[in-house]
Amino acid sequence: MIVRYFLLFLSLNLLSSVLRCHVIEVGSHSAIHHIREALALAVDGDTIEVGRGNYQEQNLIVSKRICLIGKDYPVLDGEMKYEIISVTGDSVLIKGFHLINSGVSGTIDYAGIKIYDASHVVIEDNILEKTFFGIYSQNAKNCIIRNNRLSSFGVDELQCGNGVHCWKCDSMQIIHNTVMNHRDGIYFEFVTNSIIWRNVSEKNIRYGLHFMFSNHDTYVANYFHQNGAGVAVMFSNHVGMFGNNFTDNWGDSSYGILLKEISDGYIEGNSFFSNTTGIVMEGASRIVTSKNKFSENGNALRIQASCMDITLQDNEFYSNMFDVATNGSLVLNFFNHNYWDRYEGYDLNRDQLGDVPFRPVSLYGMITEKNPPAMILFGSFLTKILDRTERVMPGLTPENLVDPQPRMKRFLL
Amino acid sequence: MNKLLKYVIADILRTKVMIAYTVLLFLISFVVFALENSPGKGVLTMMSVVLFMVPLVSISFSAIYLYNSAEFVELMLSQPINRNKVWAGIFIGLGLSLIIAFAVGYGIPMLLFSAADGWVLFLTGIFLSACFSGLGLLSAVRVRDKARGIGAVLMIWIFFSIIFDGLVLFLSFQFADYPLEKPLMVLSALNPVDLSRILVLLDMNISALLGYTGAIFQSNLGTWSGMVFISIILLFWCVLPFFWSIKFFRKKDL
Amino acid sequence: MIEINALHKYFGKFQALSDVNLFLEKGHCYALIGPNGSGKTTLIKSILSLVIPSSGKIQIDGKVWGNNPEYRKMIGYMPQNPRFPDSMTIGQIFSMMKDVRGEYVADEELIRSYHIDQMSHKKLGTLSGGTKQKVNAALAFLFTPQILILDEPTAGLDPVSAEILKEKIQQERRRGKLILITSHILSDLDDLISDLVFMQEGKIMVQCSLDWIKQETQQHVLTKAIASWMKNQNVDR
Repeated sequence: MIVRYFLLFLSLNLLSSVLRCHVIEVGSHSAIHHIREALALAVDGDTIEVGRGNYQEQNLIVSKRICLIGKDYPVLDGEMKYEIISVTGDSVLIKGFHLINSGVSGTIDYAGIKIYDASHVVIEDNILEKTFFGIYSQNAKNCIIRNNRLSSFGVDELQCGNGVHCWKCDSMQIIHNTVMNHRDGIYFEFVTNSIIWRNVSEKNIRYGLHFMFSNHDTYVANYFHQNGAGVAVMFSNHVGMFGNNFTDNWGDSSYGILLKEISDGYIEGNSFFSNTTGIVMEGASRIVTSKNKFSENGNALRIQASCMDITLQDNEFYSNMFDVATNGSLVLNFFNHNYWDRYEGYDLNRDQLGDVPFRPVSLYGMITEKNPPAMILFGSFLTKILDRTERVMPGLTPENLVDPQPRMKRFLL
Repeated sequence: MNKLLKYVIADILRTKVMIAYTVLLFLISFVVFALENSPGKGVLTMMSVVLFMVPLVSISFSAIYLYNSAEFVELMLSQPINRNKVWAGIFIGLGLSLIIAFAVGYGIPMLLFSAADGWVLFLTGIFLSACFSGLGLLSAVRVRDKARGIGAVLMIWIFFSIIFDGLVLFLSFQFADYPLEKPLMVLSALNPVDLSRILVLLDMNISALLGYTGAIFQSNLGTWSGMVFISIILLFWCVLPFFWSIKFFRKKDL
Repeated sequence: MIEINALHKYFGKFQALSDVNLFLEKGHCYALIGPNGSGKTTLIKSILSLVIPSSGKIQIDGKVWGNNPEYRKMIGYMPQNPRFPDSMTIGQIFSMMKDVRGEYVADEELIRSYHIDQMSHKKLGTLSGGTKQKVNAALAFLFTPQILILDEPTAGLDPVSAEILKEKIQQERRRGKLILITSHILSDLDDLISDLVFMQEGKIMVQCSLDWIKQETQQHVLTKAIASWMKNQNVDR
């Protein structure tokens, strides 16, 4: 897969250099003052270089195979009325612009840059500020969105759109973008075979990443930080999540990731730090969760009874207020070889695995699950006594929810 | 203003129990802050220690002190000093001594490890010291017999530390079908230990974890004003035993 | 100096003082005697407002003082079982008393004759009963009060110290002060007192001068005089 992308990337680069026939310069010192004129003049394969300046061009429609390149980040101002760039042609490169003030509307999804039904479009090194939607792809294929910095107004859900928004796309690469103060940082709906890699999505009003009906996608090494509700992955299958960081998603209904109706996924090597809940699983099945770190979360993990075939092994849980919460007895999920800082067992044969099983669900955790107002007793002496008694003589916590061989020591880096 | 005060404080601070209490608190705080990898976690652990230890020591030490210094009180009252002043001297002296012991025992490790999150717990410990020393004096002035008095004091401590919470838990299950957050919030105002706990949790922004209950606290009061509100109730809890006990002390036969 | 009218005190159902009427004058030394539990200490404590009377009136220096503590400036009180804060030294307790009363002109005769000033660095917790009693006595006389109330003053004192104390009491009486002593050991009081107050079951049985009782009973030793008077009383009954 990666090889394929690499080749694609190479060939695009080659193409653009071979086919660079004309360079049309735009700027105050050039013959052409407006990008709009340059676009009209250009033919397939041309490059338009835009010099420094402030351009109020209303809506620019790029329908030809051209490179539109900004030098020293020329400003494209949408005057709070227009969609700034609309890409309708294939194989377009848009690079190095500073886009500000797109239109805001309750009915039209104005964006900084919008790709309509195109393929092989590359959008890179742009700065988008105060745009309603950031980079919007609709029915796009094989596009690369790379190294962009996006930020919106960050006021409320109605006044901000999503940062990187993909709808009905395929084979997209979303790489190393920084998205903040949008509604959802990155939004995927009906997107397949795509990769989200090394992005930073923070301080967005709703989700850092919002993922729906999108199968066979992978996101790797992203950083989701202080988003209103964390990351939601819903109604999808074959999603891989590797080495991501979910940090400080702290709020009344917030979590690191929400997995809703997800199947056949991998969650590996992620770090969940200081979230209200690390992972919430609802109706998830056949998910392998391994080598993740859960620390200083309210709840590390919440698995609803509607989940099945969830494997949790080789994870680390420490300094969480509750390790695992559930509303059922969780018969069909498997815990093994995890590290739990609350584990107090022993290891006689020195194989680094405890000889006594560990029950990650605490009695008080169960109580608050059934009776949320009892949360008011959190940290009290009574709840400590309850948990301790239950640990010595288990009777009320789910019998099958055990880690039979917990690890004695932390082992992840 | 109250000449007795300085003598009471000087007397108490020199007792072995008080020194032991300070040292123990110091050691526990030191170890906890040193071992926990984040100060926030350290404060959470210390919260359990403080909520457990400070009320117990404050209430029992105060009661025993009053029983043991009955003759001293008599000596003072045979001097031309108003009863109210004698009581105020003892009350404030004991409270201040316990506060000083706590402030030194917990405060110094907190500053050493610069656990900025720990200030609210510091404040809470001061409230608890004052409040429970007051409750100890109140029961000692009401119950003449020392053994029964100490028994009463321990019962009060167990009540506020465990039984009260047990009742809250029981009620929350009994009335699980009703919106309980607000009644429980009001109920917790009746227990200084619970109030202190909630105060610390509110400050540590764990209220999000407290789910709807935390949201109620935060939305009804807001974090800042909520904390001020709880502090005022706690202050009331510190002052109430004084005015209650002075009624008995004025009429007490020595 | 002290006038008590119809004083009653109940501890729960138990009646500790019943209709006590008493008039005590300057320049007299009263012995308040009676068996254990007869209400002597309760009476003394009522005068000092340590015990709040159930009913009745106590006037001191012609006034009912109520909650006003100022009258206690006139009184030096020596309680029965002195206990002072253990961690304080003798020097500190004296300076504290001076500080608390706000009086600095003091009668330090007893301090000198008991050599208390030489051990002023000693902690009160380490003192023997006798030494504590000496401190107790010295404190009672410290502020040259008009009225001295001494509860079992010689208890625990060695004969020499007891003699010093008695000497001091007599000297103060000659200066026209009112002295009220309770004691079990009647022989101790023989040469000190001028008047007798005898209490039983919370009532004043008799208040009379020493001369009168000696005449009445034809006995010259106090103990015998009282014993014989009691016998007569019982016969009368």
